[in-house]
Order: sequence, then C-alpha cells, then structure tokens
Amino acid sequence: MAGPLLQVRGLRVSLPSARGPVDAVRGIDLDLARGRTLGLIGESGCGKSMTALALMGLLPDAARASGSIRFDGQELVGLDDAAMCRLRGRRIAMVFQEPMTALDPLQPLWRTVSQPLRIHRGLDARSARAEAQRLLDRVQLPQAAQRLDARPHQLSGGQRQRVMIAAALACGPELLIADEPTTALDATLQREILALIGTLVTDSGMALLLISHDLDLMARSVERVMVMYGGTVVEEGPGAQVLAAPAHPYTRGLVGARPRLGAARGARLATIPGRVPALGDWPAGCPFADRCGWVVDACRAGMPAPVGVGVDRAARCIRLTSAHTPDSR
Amino acid sequence: MGSAMTTAMRRHPSFVAGCGLVGLWLAAVLLSLAWTPYPPTEIDVPNRLLLPSAAHWLGTDSLGRDIASLLIVGARTSLLVGVAAVGLGALLGTAIGVLGAARRGWLDALLMRVADFGFAFPALLTALMLAALAGPGAATAVAAIAVFNTAVFARISRSAAGAVWSRDFVLAARACGRGRWQVTVDHVLPNIAAPLIVQATIQFAVAILAEAALSYLGLGVRPPQPSWGRMLNEAQEMMFQAPQLALYPGVAIALAVLGLNLVGDGLRDLLDPRLVRER
Amino acid sequence: MFLIRRGAAFVATLLAASALIFAVLALLPGSAVDVRLETGATPEAAAALAQQLGLDQPPLVRYGRWLRGLASGDLGRSVAYDAPIAELLAERLLVTVPLALIAMALTVVFALALGVFAASRHRRLGDAGVMALSQLGMAVPNFWLAILLIGVFAVGLQWFPAGGFDGWQDDPAAALRSLLLPAIALAAVQVAILARVTRSAVLEVMREDFVRSARAQGLGRRAVLWRHVLRNALVPVLTVMGLQFANLLTGAIVVEKVFALPGLGLLVFQAIANRDLAVVQNVVMLFAGAVIAINFAVDLLLVAVDPRLKAVHR
Repeated sequence: MAGPLLQVRGLRVSLPSARGPVDAVRGIDLDLARGRTLGLIGESGCGKSMTALALMGLLPDAARASGSIRFDGQELVGLDDAAMCRLRGRRIAMVFQEPMTALDPLQPLWRTVSQPLRIHRGLDARSARAEAQRLLDRVQLPQAAQRLDARPHQLSGGQRQRVMIAAALACGPELLIADEPTTALDATLQREILALIGTLVTDSGMALLLISHDLDLMARSVERVMVMYGGTVVEEGPGAQVLAAPAHPYTRGLVGARPRLGAARGARLATIPGRVPALGDWPAGCPFADRCGWVVDACRAGMPAPVGVGVDRAARCIRLTSAHTPDSR
Repeated sequence: MGSAMTTAMRRHPSFVAGCGLVGLWLAAVLLSLAWTPYPPTEIDVPNRLLLPSAAHWLGTDSLGRDIASLLIVGARTSLLVGVAAVGLGALLGTAIGVLGAARRGWLDALLMRVADFGFAFPALLTALMLAALAGPGAATAVAAIAVFNTAVFARISRSAAGAVWSRDFVLAARACGRGRWQVTVDHVLPNIAAPLIVQATIQFAVAILAEAALSYLGLGVRPPQPSWGRMLNEAQEMMFQAPQLALYPGVAIALAVLGLNLVGDGLRDLLDPRLVRER
Repeated sequence: MFLIRRGAAFVATLLAASALIFAVLALLPGSAVDVRLETGATPEAAAALAQQLGLDQPPLVRYGRWLRGLASGDLGRSVAYDAPIAELLAERLLVTVPLALIAMALTVVFALALGVFAASRHRRLGDAGVMALSQLGMAVPNFWLAILLIGVFAVGLQWFPAGGFDGWQDDPAAALRSLLLPAIALAAVQVAILARVTRSAVLEVMREDFVRSARAQGLGRRAVLWRHVLRNALVPVLTVMGLQFANLLTGAIVVEKVFALPGLGLLVFQAIANRDLAVVQNVVMLFAGAVIAINFAVDLLLVAVDPRLKAVHR
C-alpha cells in the first residue's frame, strides 16, 4: 500500500468562545506510516487532545475542524457520522485518559470489551463472551475468566485501563490513539501499562499515536515525537534525538525543567517563565514569543516556518536559520 | 455584590416573572385585609350567575357572591394554610435533621427512620384520617400538610447538615473545642439556609395545591370562609349552566403555584454557592 | 443477604404504619359505638354495644385481631353499607387499580419520550418548549384539569362521558372510555415532573466519559442513547417515580371524586361522612401499604439496574 496510513495537512480546530470562534489547533501537519509510533508532547492547553479527537471525529458538537485528514487515502474531515462510525473501533481505536470514568458502570466487562466486535462483526453473545476472555487475557487482566461478569466498580484504575485497551484492540485496528493513557495511574502501573501497549503494538503491527506531557515516558515509548505548543507543532524528530539535543527554545525549556537526581544541593529547579496563554490569547507570530529567552522583533512578524535541524528533524524557530543566528542573547 | 445580583437577576427572566406573580398574590392578600369589592360571604340570589361587568368584575357565582372578592379572600386562605403548614413542617423537620446530623449514631438512625415514615403518608391520606376523627377544617388541612413537610425537611436538612459537618472548617472549629451545639448554630444553620429556603418555596407551592385539593374534597377550611378549592367544587356543580365559573379559581391556583415554582427555581440558581461567599 | 435486610425493613415499615393507623382511628375517642347508638341511649346500652363490637378488649388484642384479619381477608363489616368490608374494597379496587395503571402507563410513555426529546434538543426550541409545558403542568391542579377536560371533551365535544362508571361486565369498551379522561388528568402532572427529571438525567449521563468511549468504539448516536444513556439515566428517574407514586394514589382519590367514579376514593369519603371508621381504617391502610410496597419494589428494581446501590444504606 502506497502512502502513509495517516496523513494530516493543515488541521485546524476552532471552538466557540465568548469572543467568537478561537482556534485550539492552528495548522498541524502529520504523517504516520503503518506500524510506526509517534508521540505528541505538550502541556495542557496546547491542543494535543483536540487533535486526537479531531482524528476520531469526536470533537464536541460546537467545534469545527478544517484542513485534511487522510486515513488510508480516505478523507475524514467532513465525513458523515455513519461512515465515521464504521471506522471507529474497527480501524482506528482510541484509549482515553481517565479509566475510572471511561467504562459504563452498569455493563459487565465482557460486554464492554466485546462491544466493537458486536457492532462491526455482528458477533452473537456467546462468541462475544469467549472473545472477551481471550482479549482480557491478552491485556493480562488477572483472573479474566472469573471477572467476565464483573462491573467496572469492582476493578482498580489500572485494571480498568487494561479493559479499555482490550476493547480498543478487539477488532484489530490499524491505528491506536492513546490520549494520556497512564497519567491517572501511579508510577509503577505507568511502566506496566505502557510496556503492555508497546508489546501489543509490536505484535499486531498497529500504528500508535501516543499523547502525553511526560518527556521520559515518550522517550521510552515512541520512535518519533512532535512537540506541541500554542496549537502548532513547534518541533519534530526522532524521539531520542529531540530530547537529547532539543532545538526549539520551548523544547529546551521542557527538557531543562526536568528535575535531576544527583543535582547539587540548593540548586534551583529550572522553569519556563510566564504561563501558557488562555485559548485565543496567542501572541501574533510565534506562539512562544512572550516566554522565549531568544525572542527578537522578527519573531512576532508571523508564524515561523519549519526549519530543518539535522536528518529528519525540524523546528519552528527563526533563530535556528543562519539569518537569525544569535551573537548575543 | 449588589451589581452581581442585578446582572444575575436580569439573566433569569423567569425568576423575575415568578416574583411578579407571587407579588400579585401577596398584594391581593394585603388588599383583602383592608377592602374587598363586596363582602365575599354576602349572598345575593337574585343576582346569581352574572357574567363579568363593571359592577362585578368577574361576575357572580351560584349564590350571587362576587367572584372577585371570593378570589381575593381565598388568596388569604391559601397563604395562611401554606405558611402555617410549611412553617411547621420546616421547623420540626429541620430540628430533626440538624439534631441527627449533630449527634449521629443510633439517634440519627432512629430520627431518620421516623422521618422517612412521614413519606408514606401524603397530605391527603393524613387528612382523611384526621377528618374522620375530628372533622374537616383549617387545622386538619394544616396538620395533614405539615406531617409530610416534616419528612421532606428532615431529609433535606439532614443531608445538607451532614455535608457541612464534614467540611474542614467545622473540623477546625471542633478542634478548637467548640461544642456541637455551638458548631450547629455558628456554622451548620447559616450554611444550610440556602437549600432550605429553596425547598421551602417549592414546598409552599405543593402546599397550595394540597390545600386546594383538600378544600375541593370538603376536608379543608369550612364554609363560609372562601377557598379556591371549594370554589372549584361549586363551579363543577354549575358546569352545564355556567362553565366559566370553573375558570377563575383554577387560574388563580395555577398562577400562584407557577409563581412559587419559578421563584424557587430562580432562588436555587441565585443562591448557588459559587455566587455567594462562605460564612 | 441484602434482600433479607430490605425485606425486613419493608415488613417493619408496614407494621409501623398499621400501628399508627390503628392508634389514630381505632383507639382515639369518637368511636364506632357513638355512631350506631340512638340519641339518649343509656350507658348500659352503650357498654353492651361496645362488648358486642369487641371494643371493650384491650388495645393490643384488638390490634392483633385486625392484623390477623388483614392477613386472612376478613376485615369486618361496614356500618354504613352493612356489608363485609373486604367485599366493598374488592369492588372498588376494580375501578381504582385500572385507573392508576392506565395513568402510570401514560405517564411512563409520555414522560420518557418528552424527556429524551428535550435532552436531544438541548439549548434549542424543543427543549425550551418542553420545559415551559412542564412548568405549566406542575402548576395546574389535577382536579382543575379534570374539570376542564370534562368541560371540553365531555360536555363540549361529547366524546367521553362526563362521569360515572358502569362496570366491566356489560361493556368493557365503554368502561375503558370512562377511565380515559380521569387517567389523562392524573397523568398530566406526573408527566410534567417526570419529563424534567428524565431530561436532566439524560443530559447528565450524556456528559459522562463512558459515552465518549462507546462512540469511540463505533456506536452511532441513537445506539448510544438506547444502550448506555437510558439505562444509566434510569436510576434517578425510577427513584422519582417511586416517590411520585404516593401522589399518584392521592391524585386518584381526588380525580375519582371529580368524575364520580365508584372507586376507593368515593368509598372513603362516604365512610368519613358516615363516621364509618372501620372502612376508613382499612382503606387508609390499603393506600399506605401500597405506597410502602411500591417504594420497596422500586428499591429492588434500582438495585437490579445498578448493583452499586447495594452498598448504600438507607
């Protein structure tokens, strides 16, 4: 099959607000080939969750998506809901952040897990139950056979997340979107669940789009990362390289702000000055201009174009081009 | 704080409309104390079943009584019964609920069981029993409605008080050595006032309907004291000759109840803890 | 285990209600004796009559006798009608029960439909319209609505009878027709209240995360509504329905009076007028028992729908 599995060009998502429509996502380009893994890093408010929802066609009713999202050649922007329903859960699946509230509290586990199979493959109850057990075993839910009729409130957060993952994988999708799948879990569980996702992705050859704000987690889990700020991608490249030698000032700030073991006593934690502007309050030009230590007047002239920074890497910063290389800060 | 209230009010037109309706009702009651177009109990048979005119604004009933006057004085009856019944129920019920929240343990469980019991006896049922014993009357109506109200207020105040007791500032007060009674007076009562006021307004509306039903059935205030419910009973008997008689008392009841419901809903929004400061 | 606990509470509440009713109606003065005596009767005659009626026994014995009668179906005789009370009740139940059932059916159908409709048209005209109608419905006394219905549909259009009930034997269709207007009058208020509750419950549930999860699995909007939203919204709706049942019953009493239907309502009014306390006692017990039983049934139903509720102690 020629072409990437997922190809996004110029994706914009606008939300209504008291001041009129504001853009939560301001032009994203993204390529993801079959079987490859990509991470979206950013703080809250950068638009990464909106991007994921736009891909699934699950934006809130008041939101508007524009641009192009091509999945296996099919254009998703503007697709009617019925056609989108045929894709969701079958070819594109999503796992959400809050396992405690993501499962129907009144539905037994086997129903929740096998629901995509019943929707897309018309499985009857008996086969669905058997499949459910197989899926729950695959996500390593302890005592799956005895738990088929259990309800979500009888499970812990980590176990519920496994159930969600099992349901997402039921029909063998080609793309899995995981929106902060471990943020609500404690540290030991985070590693386990991510390792589980990693194994399942490798075994099945799915593509993975992982969204998180945790840099180290990303470094371990995906091949390529895209750093988001202000509704755009400000830097992208192979995960290890971007985090080892960040190019964009924002990425540098993020990497530098990580607390380090063995730091000198009394050393202060580095922070990025200022705070993320509210939706719609983005400065003209580069979204990071108000907080950047390298800002010059030209930065506010317009959104910086991506600048190549080595093999397969780019960042949106005019200071990285030869015309603006700093002599002084 | 003042301008916040005014803007909030402007954003709640239904609340304002409700206040208007209730205001109208209260105005009628106040008016009735000083003056009515005709004495409501004055029977004038030659002039029965007149249609609205300059002399009788809403016409007359089957005994020649002026309908407008009957309505105005009937407003008083509804108000008095409502206030008495809801007031009694609120007082008793809140006392029970607050006590239970403060004491906990077996007393709390017992009080709540007793209060829940009141839910099995809606106003009409209690009124039936009381009327069988002591005959109909205003006291019967008030007592019957109050029983159910006690149960409602006991439950509401218990859960609201319970929520206050678990708040940090109460724990702090207790840690300072404040006694349960003091905490109740200083902290619990002011903080449950808002939901209680909202509930009282709604219960008032329910009480109006209950009083009307009881009077319609002959279990409420006794003649010749005017009552909207009993007016409807008499109107039904005249259904074929003068169907319009059924209109006025029903509209009066509906407007009063509607007004109270709108005010109650509006108060619920306005007294939302997000708008009001902590005490 | 849970069933035993709730079942025990149910029986206890029934007993408590019966004790209260008995205490109020059978023990307090103004007893059945005075009703039946002629004026100027001697104290000896009064005592003799009391003994004959079994009223000289200690209260607990009388209470026990009544309870046994409730269980076995022997409720004594009515003074006014001079007939076994159980027979009278059975006769009247044939009117009141179908009336209540029709009203309940109408309520459930229309309230759920209107509530879901309003939720789906949230922030648009449909929602506002339903809410306005609901406000009106809650403000209108059900007996006034009944009178208006009679005025328009019975007296005016003559589609339905203006009152009365001829029994199920001869013409079941006509019997049903006589119950329709009363049922509508009864149901209207209930629909107004329940539609609101349904609407807000549905709106709340639609905001929950698991609705989004179901959509992410490929479920269409309508399927999500039926498979996930309604079941989860059922809990608050059922709770309110249970609480409203008492109002349904009392409403039935009033509406029966409006339409002159020979049901339990009319029976109890005549009993009050005739100081026939035994009848009042048994009818009130029947009503209170029905309310308590329905609440118990709703409790069980709620736990069946949402097993998490088993842990909640009332």
